[in-house]
Amino acid sequence: MGKHVLLIEDEENIAEAIRFILVRDGWQVTHLAEGGGAARRAAELMPDLVILDHMLPGASGLEILAALRAQAKTALLPVLMLTARGQPRDREAAERAGANRFMAKPFANADILAEVRAMTGTAGPESGPENGLGNGPGGQG
Amino acid sequence: MQRQGAVMPTTALTGTRLREKRLSLGLKQGDVAAGAEISPSYLNLIEHNRRKVTPSVLVRLAGALGVDPQALAEGAGADLTEDLRAAAAGFPAVRAEIDRLEEFAGRYPGWAALTAALQARAGSLERAVEALNDRMTHDPHLSAALHELLSALTSVRATAEILAETGDLDPDLQARFHRNLHKDSERLAGGAEALVAFLDGSATAREQGIAAPQEEVEHWLADRGWHLAALEGAGPEALEREVGALASSAARDLARAHVARVAGDAAALPLAGFTAALEQIGPDPGQLAAAFGTDVLRVMRRIALLPGSEAGFVTCDASGTLLFRKPAHGFPLPRFGAACPLWPLYAALARPMAPVGAQVETVGPSGGRFATLAFCQTRLPGGFAGPELREAAMLILPDPGPRRPGVLGVGSTCRICPRSDCAARREPSITREGV
Repeated sequence: MGKHVLLIEDEENIAEAIRFILVRDGWQVTHLAEGGGAARRAAELMPDLVILDHMLPGASGLEILAALRAQAKTALLPVLMLTARGQPRDREAAERAGANRFMAKPFANADILAEVRAMTGTAGPESGPENGLGNGPGGQG
Repeated sequence: MQRQGAVMPTTALTGTRLREKRLSLGLKQGDVAAGAEISPSYLNLIEHNRRKVTPSVLVRLAGALGVDPQALAEGAGADLTEDLRAAAAGFPAVRAEIDRLEEFAGRYPGWAALTAALQARAGSLERAVEALNDRMTHDPHLSAALHELLSALTSVRATAEILAETGDLDPDLQARFHRNLHKDSERLAGGAEALVAFLDGSATAREQGIAAPQEEVEHWLADRGWHLAALEGAGPEALEREVGALASSAARDLARAHVARVAGDAAALPLAGFTAALEQIGPDPGQLAAAFGTDVLRVMRRIALLPGSEAGFVTCDASGTLLFRKPAHGFPLPRFGAACPLWPLYAALARPMAPVGAQVETVGPSGGRFATLAFCQTRLPGGFAGPELREAAMLILPDPGPRRPGVLGVGSTCRICPRSDCAARREPSITREGV
């Protein structure tokens, strides 16, 4: 089994695309479509990385991030924040709340893959550029 | 025609205007001088602003040219002088020679007009930037529209990349991504169209619900000069057809509530009687309310919404949210977000039934002084067991009187207020510093 990513994103088609590129790269992906209960679920799953949207129903990305940082078990969980709000103040707000990385929408698939690999220390492809996106930690999710 | 010898202020521009008028009529200096019973050389000096023209000579010259002497004495020159003065005041560091302003305008009317035009243009652009910035940063509808657009764009980009770069894509998945792409491209097109319509400020934007309902109602009222004449002597039904034509149901609900209130105001404070009382008593909502046996807020609203009234008027609820905004010239009101916390409106909100009156001063190119009158009333729609509801109102009356000690400096909202030394500031301003 590959490394595990928890994807918290309410836009169904964006989530489907991200899930596809990550699974194809060898990641196991769990998807949550809303913010309510997401921090608790993260603590249960303890993924290698959380990809977290900014604007979510139930609880905002910043609220989830604050909850993750507040509980000891998830305090150090790597979090990549996605947002359609690319202004510097939004980036600063995400960083203040404890995001490890910040990515503004729209992003390139290769960029999000590169961020995921960099944040989890899985830098190199293992099985060649068959899908044009490179490969990651191995295994299929 | 002004009678000879009457006091008529002339400026250094009078000669220039005389010359322009004579040339435009194709008259010779000698002929006009003869008609005015002065020598051609004296007229020449006058025309070049080297001799000040006396009122009696001016009247004779005007007669020879067939124009109103007042137009020659002041005309557009007074406006130009004021514009130049404003230009100089806008850039005090330049140290323009204000004492020689009239000489400048008289000797170089074209350059002076150009300076004034540039000043007007700069002022208009500055106001446009302020308004656009306010709109871009505080408009929740625009923010939502942009978010929708970026989300659709993200999805289109990610899906298109997968389709373009994945050679061995499962046919079912391929079909699924194609469907997603189609759906998102439609969403993108719709979002882009709505956004463009919104930025154009067109009626389409309102139809698509992007303009806030409150704004829609205010546009409707502003188009009618803020006075609903049809309600004088008639009930709210007189305007139902117009209200029904508003684009959104939320706007129609707000408009109906406003129309009902205004119809009540018109019935309680009949136009002729109220206008006469206002003239006799003055704009004192307390006294007028006592005279008509009605409440103070009703009187304040009536004053603000009389035909041709220059008064601004704002109301807010207990949260401070502005419920009604009629701007006064020179006293800008925020379109979104919280207003200036120094407004007397909020002082009144904290002290129900206690009148608050204050002279205030706004900044900016079109700023000015105003007499504000604020008052807050409470309601108990659920009786003693229910919540107490507050509504505060503030009348904003142009104040041509002198600047009083302790005049209160206020703004619109922190984001676009240039006062750098304000103790009540919530957030930094994007406008120029140092006022």
